[in-house]
Amino acid sequence: MVEHGIHATQAVVTLDVPLPGIIWGWMITLNMWAKSIGTGVIIVGAFLLYRHKKEEMPNLRWQMPLISFIFLNIFLLFTLTDLHHPYRMVNIFLHPHWTSAITVGAWMASLFTALVTVMLVIGYFDAHPYTGKNWKLAKVARENSSFYEKIFPFVVFLAFPVTLYTAIIMAEAAARELWQTPAEVMQMIWAALLAGSAGLIMISGSWSKESRKDLALVLAIATLFSFLMYMGEYFFSFKSAEAEATLAYVHSGGEYNAEFWFAMVLGFIIPFFLAVRNMKEDNRTLLRFAAILALIGLYLAKDVWLKIPQMLNLS
Amino acid sequence: MKLGFLVDLNLCMGCKGCEVACKVENEVPLGSWRLRVKYIDIGTFPEASRSFTPLRCNHCESAPCERICPVSALHYLENGIVNVDSSRCIGCAGCMMACPYGAIYMDPETNTADKCTYCAHRVESGMMPACVVICPVQANIFGDIDDDESHISRYIMEHQGAVQVRKPEKNTIPKHFYVGGGNQTLNPLAQQRIEGYSLFNNVTHLKHIGNPHESVIDRFLEPFETEEKLDNRSFVDFDNKAYEGGH
Ligand code: SF4
Ligand code: SF4
Repeated sequence: MVEHGIHATQAVVTLDVPLPGIIWGWMITLNMWAKSIGTGVIIVGAFLLYRHKKEEMPNLRWQMPLISFIFLNIFLLFTLTDLHHPYRMVNIFLHPHWTSAITVGAWMASLFTALVTVMLVIGYFDAHPYTGKNWKLAKVARENSSFYEKIFPFVVFLAFPVTLYTAIIMAEAAARELWQTPAEVMQMIWAALLAGSAGLIMISGSWSKESRKDLALVLAIATLFSFLMYMGEYFFSFKSAEAEATLAYVHSGGEYNAEFWFAMVLGFIIPFFLAVRNMKEDNRTLLRFAAILALIGLYLAKDVWLKIPQMLNLS
Repeated sequence: MKLGFLVDLNLCMGCKGCEVACKVENEVPLGSWRLRVKYIDIGTFPEASRSFTPLRCNHCESAPCERICPVSALHYLENGIVNVDSSRCIGCAGCMMACPYGAIYMDPETNTADKCTYCAHRVESGMMPACVVICPVQANIFGDIDDDESHISRYIMEHQGAVQVRKPEKNTIPKHFYVGGGNQTLNPLAQQRIEGYSLFNNVTHLKHIGNPHESVIDRFLEPFETEEKLDNRSFVDFDNKAYEGGH
């Protein structure tokens, strides 16, 4: 490799244009983070419903779509806001280009949000029988209560591609060698499980111990594997010269190094041990604390991973 | 027909004529470039030399920018040019993430993605791209690489073994070739950037031109805002103080 290195080439750029800097910034980090929560609560919620009786998690039916709805809307809002021409978003629907994961993702996420909204409306009015007694919407929702259970499997099925399509966008971003398909896909899955379990932990105060134990288990697995994935990429980046040069922004200290290790320790390692401990003895406060730490860690880790490849000079 | 470009780096003398011609022809805004000539100093004194590398879009045959564009604002023309339709662009910057050559910029005036189009508008009416016409040493060669008899095809054949593209490992199949290039000139990872290589580190724009870092609210209000009327008075009244320290 030495013959390609700067010491061998002695090539110094003496006149050029400045580097463009970070183009996809915090709004895209927030967008990915919010999407992980919005889809993750559905995936983890389905897992809990498979393992436990509904009665053990009385508020799940309406609060799960509520969390999903809120974070999907944050995700959609920041997707729109990050566009230089937000109103032209409509072009994705009028002139779709199907080779683009952005197009496919936008269509799927819109459908997903619409279905989650329907689940929320039905779930809410079912859980609050005295609210809006004379409202037409409430009446229609209550009359079609079973529709919730009918669309739920489809929503769960859709949650996977919706959470994963950003990994495909990153794979299509051929300029950024750090973002590789299989690794990013796995990262997104772990992120969804982490964010989903953390989101549901917040509303699990009144649930059975066993269901909370399952949430702690999912959180522990997701934080552990997220950590291992990042470590793998951190230490084995030498497989590509560009990825190695990108990770130099983390390896060599500085603000991204601090952000990265903050995310790893505070966001993944500590919540992992807290979650494992919680599987043995149920402590709601501690579990919520672990969930909050994990969500902060996830945001920071995603932020570093999004930004560092953009600092590399491409030409 | 497949249009291609070749730059003979042995001929280029770094006059930046092509850069200026491109700016003028395409009205490329301040702080943005469709084509730029990079100066690279190689070696140590007394064995030092300076090389000049013009860099523009490669009009890749398998273009990641075209693939990722959600609305086909980036699209192929029949002659192989990768063109941009700025009226359709939503400004998602996906293409900027995808192009491995950093060839795309966000136009601060239109807030849409833009790049070299091989002067598609000139080519359409039978003219050569502006950068080709201006080059005093004819280092830029442009033509149909599907035609064995074209100047560019003959040039490529004559220099077999010495014709290179940037980052071939990316499988983008660039249609922009270099003769006389090497790792030092074509591989950005083999080059060091030291403080002061750029004269344009902090370009500020006049208010009416727009700003790539405009606020989020501006993006939503933009279609409803009326353009400020400009006359000579506007420039006389221009408040220099507000922009001091910008350059
Ligand atoms: S060089 Fe970049 S902008 Fe040009 S066609 Fe290839 S990927 Fe697209
Ligand atoms: S910024 Fe414009 S041209 Fe680039 S991918 Fe997005 S819509 Fe397409």
